[in-house]
Amino acid sequence: MLGEKGFRKLADQVLSKSSADQTEVLLQAGDSALTRFANSYIHQNVAESDAAVRLRVVIGRRTGVATTNDLSAAGLERALETAMLVAGLQPENPNAPPMPAPQPVPLAVAFSEATANASPELRARAAGVFCTLARQKGLTAAGAFRTAIWEMGVANSLGHFVHSAGTVADVNSVIMSDDSSGYSEAAAVDVRHLDVEALAAEAVGKALRSRNPRPLPAGEYPVVLEAYATADIVSIMGYLAFSALAVQEGRSFMAGKFGQPIMSPSVSIWDDGLDPSGLPLPFDFEGAPKKRVDFIKGGVAVGVVHDSATALKDGVASTGHSLPMPNPQGPFPLNLFMAPGTASPEQLIAGLDKGLLVTRFHYTVPVHPAKAVVTGMTRDGTFWVEGGEIAYAVKNLRFTESYLDAFNRVEDIGKETRLLVSRFEIGGVRVPAVRLAGFRFTGTTEF
Amino acid sequence: MKELTDRALNLAKVKGATYADMRIVRRASRSITVKNGEVASLESYTTEGFGVRVVVDGAWGFASSARLEPREVDRVTALAVEIARASALFKLEPVNLGEPVAHVGTYRTPVKVDPFSVPLEKTLDLLLAADSAMRAVKGIVVAESSAAFIREEKTFANTEGAYIEQEIVETGGGLQALAVGNDDVQQRSYPNSFGRHQGTAGYELLEAMDLVGNAPRVAEEAVMLLTAPVCPSGVTTIILGATQLALQVHESCGHPIELDRVMGMEAAYAGTSFLTLDKLGTFRYGSPIVNITADATIPGGLGTFGYDDEGVEAQRTPIVREGIFVGYLTSRETAARLGQRSNGTMRADGWNRIPIIRMTNINLEPGEWEFDDLIADTDDGIYMEMNKSWSIDDKRLNFQFGTEVAYQIKNGKMGQLYKNATYTGITPQFWAGCDAICNRNHWNVWGTPNCGKGQPPQVAHVGHGTAPARFRNVQVGVMKG
Repeated sequence: MLGEKGFRKLADQVLSKSSADQTEVLLQAGDSALTRFANSYIHQNVAESDAAVRLRVVIGRRTGVATTNDLSAAGLERALETAMLVAGLQPENPNAPPMPAPQPVPLAVAFSEATANASPELRARAAGVFCTLARQKGLTAAGAFRTAIWEMGVANSLGHFVHSAGTVADVNSVIMSDDSSGYSEAAAVDVRHLDVEALAAEAVGKALRSRNPRPLPAGEYPVVLEAYATADIVSIMGYLAFSALAVQEGRSFMAGKFGQPIMSPSVSIWDDGLDPSGLPLPFDFEGAPKKRVDFIKGGVAVGVVHDSATALKDGVASTGHSLPMPNPQGPFPLNLFMAPGTASPEQLIAGLDKGLLVTRFHYTVPVHPAKAVVTGMTRDGTFWVEGGEIAYAVKNLRFTESYLDAFNRVEDIGKETRLLVSRFEIGGVRVPAVRLAGFRFTGTTEF
Repeated sequence: MKELTDRALNLAKVKGATYADMRIVRRASRSITVKNGEVASLESYTTEGFGVRVVVDGAWGFASSARLEPREVDRVTALAVEIARASALFKLEPVNLGEPVAHVGTYRTPVKVDPFSVPLEKTLDLLLAADSAMRAVKGIVVAESSAAFIREEKTFANTEGAYIEQEIVETGGGLQALAVGNDDVQQRSYPNSFGRHQGTAGYELLEAMDLVGNAPRVAEEAVMLLTAPVCPSGVTTIILGATQLALQVHESCGHPIELDRVMGMEAAYAGTSFLTLDKLGTFRYGSPIVNITADATIPGGLGTFGYDDEGVEAQRTPIVREGIFVGYLTSRETAARLGQRSNGTMRADGWNRIPIIRMTNINLEPGEWEFDDLIADTDDGIYMEMNKSWSIDDKRLNFQFGTEVAYQIKNGKMGQLYKNATYTGITPQFWAGCDAICNRNHWNVWGTPNCGKGQPPQVAHVGHGTAPARFRNVQVGVMKG
């Protein structure tokens, strides 16, 4: 970890040596440790410490980039030379946006001393809670418990300078019997906010309840999706559709639909990098301040995220959602939220006459990206519900469904939300459980 | 380097480690993407650091750092020991690594042309020409061409006397064209899906791809797909092209034979495996013509190396012989549990990750058919090629794949082009239906540079040798319209 002072010194060192028209220094650093358990014992236990800088230089309309984790004076000089060389070899890009000018960046506190100082023993004992409870119930525990400090800074030759550091702690567990499994997962800025006893009890309870699963034929069924499954839907929509580049290229289901209802009226989805109930990050990889962006408001398509390149094309301001520039992927929402409803978990299930309760999805991939058609499996607890009560566990099912269509069938939304680390490993997603009038299951498996 | 590895290993022993190893890794890469006539990214990336892995009190610890300095080596080694002692709080059996591994050696990827010696302008010109050729086709909204070059230098040493230096060089490249129209989006890729094909090779691999020559065809096919009918559904015969079959092998064979998965060590993330220990040597995985081999020694394969990251030499191992499942991918620790010796598949994604069991080159051995004869021999079916979507359950049984293109096969001839083709099945039933595999003339080792596994996540570069093959009684199609 360099700290703000250290980063400023490093950035000044690079910027003063650069002869490019514009130069940007992006710092990404972190100390992270992860304790992994399986078969109810710790089988992997790791820690890492890294700091890398990505130098972007612009000469005229030519951009060069070089990244290194050799932060010695010689290492930085080599990287700068490489970036300059790379820039010089490129053709002019008339659409290259300028780097952000100096501007205020709001404060987003995402640092916990408790997480930063978490010891190997703390992580091991947290893993032990899952292992011990599983063994007591005749089950086996697998999972991972991570504590991490991250640091990010952006400085450019226009005088813009931003720096932030934060922490994240997250845990997931799969508890298994011979014929069943259960799941739990949570994330927090402060490791003390992870209730490992409750999370262990949740996964163990689910593993016990999902024993003796019965086969169920594929078909369309009403479903209650727990927050883990909802998170997958919202994350994949973010990836496929909530980016200005996806709209500009015509591959987003938002294209041509702004101002129109495209989901159930109860659905609101947005990105907010400053919300302390998420995993805040106050600026993007260009150093542009994060703004809240509503994607779906009361079911209506209202907006997408922009970086400087897509903003220039659309004649708007960046919303602070760039990935390291330049890149072919475009802007990306890293702090997703979905509005909760008012239903308790019991009320969501009570609203199912006949249908399925799904704990989570596994290995989901877009089949037809423009229509948000996704296939995947259920996993770690799938149940048949009758008369508003869980009747029995069923074997896992494959679905092939348009997530967009599915969110047009929202009947009710849970009042509780869960914060999870994004499936893309950076950022977070906070979402509730949902009940859908129908969900298309297209295959079965043997367990 | 030896000074630093000796320092770490000695300190680990002093602090109570019964086993320790150290890897020092320097990875340099260069990636170029041209998109719609512009250089969308051109990056030079260098990362270096070291990782120390120890067994203390019978449990594992690992720590790593980017700062390759003696004092940092001491700190990280001590931290690895502290972490191992924490692991020991919740252990079952002490770690058993089996027989010692004490190889001393070197390995370098044989290359004809070092990709880092080729002027950048040459690659840029090639990619811009391919991009231009794709965009010349009306209807193409996004054209993307890319190349990637990687050089990884690594030193491995352990307390059993091993000291190994390796240099692995990779070259990759590819095209993708996206056509938008008719309320639809369709894509075509070349020579492999996910943006590129890759191998342990020099610049000669990129040149052999002939990206510019293939660009117009790739773009035209993407546009043709917009107006093609949707692939009909039903149970039928399919012939899979080689690149699609590579991913089929990857997902339905490569992952379930990883012994760490089988033993539950990946249960919390990617899952476990249907190929449980009781099935070894007896289970019918596929039809008698199905022979699958794990081969880390095959020239040019993306999963080719000299030694794995436990210092075990690269090997060729039978996995499925005449349809019967006969072998796993193993590490020292997992192999020892079966009373075996590791077959050398432990690899780490850089200096800051521990080695875990990864595929090498998992190859479906070639059969006897010429491709034209195979089509001519098929009365009614569908040819599918180039992966577009992929999903499989957490025991690797139920899979569903989508391909970029499909063609009707009728009376021994290829006919109508179809879009949005998918097929689904259960792994051993699917492979039991394999009744023809093309010969070595149609066989190639395809690179998969994006294999994810582990917590924290690791990406491995692996290979799959495949030739087109025919499968009977396959469920095709699940999508609406």
